[in-house]
Amino acid sequence: MEELLEILRDLHPEVDYDTCDTLIDDKILDSFDIVSIISEISEQYDVTIPAEDIIPENFNSAQALYELIERLSDED
Amino acid sequence: MKKRKIRIIIALFLVFTIVSMWLLQRLVVPKYNKGIVEGAFAAEYYEETTDHDVIFIGDCEVYENFSPITLWQEYGITSYIRGGAQQLVWQSYYQLEDTLRYETPEIVVFNVLSLKYNEPQSESYNRMNIDSMRWSSSKYNAIKASMTEDESMIEYMFPLLRYHSRILDLTADDFKYMFSSEKVTHNGYYMRVDVKPEGDFPEPDILADYTFGENAMSYLDKMTELCKENGIELILIKAPIKWPYWYPEWDEQMVEYAEENDLVYINMIELADEIGLDYSTDTYDAGLHLNLSGAEKLSKYFGEYLVENYDLEDHRNDEELCKVYQEKIDFYNDMKEQQYYELETYGKLISFGAEAIED
Amino acid sequence: MLFTSYSFIAFISLLFLLYYIIPKKGQWPLLLFASYLFYFLCDWRYLIFITVTSVSTYLFGIAIDKVNVRQDEYIKEHKKELSKEDKKIYKAGMKKKRFRLILMCLVLNIGILAVIKYTNFTINNINGIMHAFGSDNTIGFVDIIIPMGISFYTFQSMGYIIDVYRGTYKPERNIFKFALFVSFFPQLVQGPISRFNDLSKTLYAEHKFDIKVFTFGVQRILWGFFKKLVIADRIVVAINILKDNPEQYGGAYVFVLMMFYAFQLYADFTGGIDITIGVAEAMGITVAENFNRPFFSKNIKEYWNRWHITMGTWFTDYIFYPISVCKPMLKLSKASRKHLGEVIGKRVPVYLSAFVVWFTTGLWHGASWNFIVWGLMNFVVIMISQELKPLYVRFHNRFNVDGKRWYDGFQVIRTVLLMSAIRMFDVYRDVPLTFKMVWNMVTDFRISSLWSSTMLNLGLDIADYIILFAGLIILFTVSMLQRRKAVRERLWDKPAVLNCFVTWLLLISIVLFGAYSIGYDSAQFIYNQF
Repeated sequence: MEELLEILRDLHPEVDYDTCDTLIDDKILDSFDIVSIISEISEQYDVTIPAEDIIPENFNSAQALYELIERLSDED
Repeated sequence: MKKRKIRIIIALFLVFTIVSMWLLQRLVVPKYNKGIVEGAFAAEYYEETTDHDVIFIGDCEVYENFSPITLWQEYGITSYIRGGAQQLVWQSYYQLEDTLRYETPEIVVFNVLSLKYNEPQSESYNRMNIDSMRWSSSKYNAIKASMTEDESMIEYMFPLLRYHSRILDLTADDFKYMFSSEKVTHNGYYMRVDVKPEGDFPEPDILADYTFGENAMSYLDKMTELCKENGIELILIKAPIKWPYWYPEWDEQMVEYAEENDLVYINMIELADEIGLDYSTDTYDAGLHLNLSGAEKLSKYFGEYLVENYDLEDHRNDEELCKVYQEKIDFYNDMKEQQYYELETYGKLISFGAEAIED
Repeated sequence: MLFTSYSFIAFISLLFLLYYIIPKKGQWPLLLFASYLFYFLCDWRYLIFITVTSVSTYLFGIAIDKVNVRQDEYIKEHKKELSKEDKKIYKAGMKKKRFRLILMCLVLNIGILAVIKYTNFTINNINGIMHAFGSDNTIGFVDIIIPMGISFYTFQSMGYIIDVYRGTYKPERNIFKFALFVSFFPQLVQGPISRFNDLSKTLYAEHKFDIKVFTFGVQRILWGFFKKLVIADRIVVAINILKDNPEQYGGAYVFVLMMFYAFQLYADFTGGIDITIGVAEAMGITVAENFNRPFFSKNIKEYWNRWHITMGTWFTDYIFYPISVCKPMLKLSKASRKHLGEVIGKRVPVYLSAFVVWFTTGLWHGASWNFIVWGLMNFVVIMISQELKPLYVRFHNRFNVDGKRWYDGFQVIRTVLLMSAIRMFDVYRDVPLTFKMVWNMVTDFRISSLWSSTMLNLGLDIADYIILFAGLIILFTVSMLQRRKAVRERLWDKPAVLNCFVTWLLLISIVLFGAYSIGYDSAQFIYNQF
């Protein structure tokens, strides 16, 4: 989780990722950010987030994203 | 309750919209009251209160060259010219069809020049010929036969759609004649007293094919048929005007057609001397149209021909008709006087003709 | 059938009437019938193409779903016997199967689109290359009909099949319902590109006549006609004169053209979309919004989130993401990080995918280099502003301008000018000319040249300019009002008389000041050839 938060903070240091759950809905993250995040995650966690999982529900909060990573690494 | 209220609001909205659109339409349609008056011709016929012995149909070669007032004054013949600017043969046909809704004349005179056009020609002439006709199947069919590529029926039904952009160039006349109009013709005759002698005409073009188009001829056939059905004598004429050129090949076809259909065809170009036309004084635009003097000469000649060859009653002792026609004669003389006055004062007509200044 | 034709108005009027008087069950079948009739009235041959796309996409959708269902059943049945490893192998096999199916579907449909739209473009380029190598051979152009809206409905269908493949939603089982989704006629002319899960919510539902819904729909249609007829079609005359005579109109006139084209495209395109959405809305159907006051964007990226939204999200979801997160791309990114360093390696996926997206966006807009260059210009500008972002942030912090109204205004105007300048590529005849003219604008900008009578030689007279100006003021005012609440909602809350009056005023101004009928070129919607 800590690594993930670091990735996110690196992109948008001004956001409080513990509470924010509207990262997509409020357009804090744009498509470039998302691609950067996925690329970083694949580096850090060795997990590939497929395109079909790029939906607001999975990216709206750090928590949701973390859960997605866990689920995907579980499936692998 | 609420539903009812909504219904009332919608109904009021629709009525308000329709009325305002109608008013706007009246405002923007061209009034044809001065300058180019040809667009007002078709409507004037409906003001007539009495029937006519003779109905003329055709293009400018009828409405500028024949004077029904002269025919009345000289022979007691009642006549009306349902002509129009570049009236095409199908438009003539439908004008006739339209006329028959109101009366059945003894004689119909058709000027054959327009047979040279086999296809729709120009939107503005279409509009001038058709727009002020009353709505009937004849008008509908006239539109259908006349429309050029860009025109649409809906814009004839709702002229507002066609003329909306005139909202930016309205004149005082558009308000003045929004609901009424003033007469511009004398039983369809367009009066001009000015003189411009006949000039030189160019060599006529050599045509690839001199045969009249099938479409045009089909309307002549229909016209012949319609007259036969109604017991009307149809007379085909070519007015004594040398330009646009009337080819001998065309003349032959008309002679043949008249023979085949048992009709009279008179080419008046050949009769100019007999009529007494002097092309140096009897035309106002260098020979394209006759002026009043020419028109009166031609009408006298043609009236005599009619009286001699057809069984037409002299209506001059009919008191009712005399009263109606006296008014027409007064209007005729007034206009004549005014035109002569303008000619003397300004050296040209200023409130008549295409260049007339609009209010 | 153009939106601004009498036949279209007659068509929708009749449809609205029928839609609400027939039994509610018949509503969506009526729409399907109307859509096919609409297409038929445009050109009956179009029907062949749209039917092929509808049927093939429908069948592939079902087939892909079958594989999914079989997979789930198999795994459920053999839950106990299967090891994790077996399951993975089995799943991979099924995925391959699905992939083959979707590939066939994509190749077929994108293939049709490509052949139709790009054959002559390809031939032209081959000829150019052969010519450059001294060959005198030329390949003749092929006469191909381009079905109206093929780019839109093909993209819409491909979005659907990809969603089904991803398992976002189940495929539609009723082929007629699906055919309606593909052919829904208000969208055929120029989009928007709807998503199935979105449009299907209201498309097949039964709708009772509701005066508010209907009024809103009609008002939206009128608003579209106003934009299109009063503004776009009036200004287009001047645009054509300016762009067709570049020798004569350089310098400041290039700027005039640039602004005219910006207004024209905006009024025409958003007006068309207003008509589309309004027609659907009048029947209770919600079509996705395609614009969100784009000319108020503060930067180009924001602009593309607010202009032609459904196309933008389509490219993001179905091209940008799949390319940027696919395994080879991630591998490439890893490799470049290793060899070229963190800074570049991190950027590889974004840059490459964005390049592809903008190239295809350009190509999708039209088969010409003008559009490709236009797309790539967007790419360049977006990337530059992306790289300059830290700089901006520093600047904003230093001078404390962020959020200030005048600075917002500055950003908005800057974005409009930038976008308008890039858009010049789809105005002039070819790419070199565009560069030349834009350069000419910058180097030879003599504002005084505008104060001559030349402005009145562009096919517009004083009255036209006044109408245009008034129209743009109204457009701007409405946009400002929209920021808080939809204008129609506000009107609805006011007394009915006022609402009626405003509607009447709108109608009358369209009828009187619209550039239609004889004397005006009924310009086709700029977007329907795409």
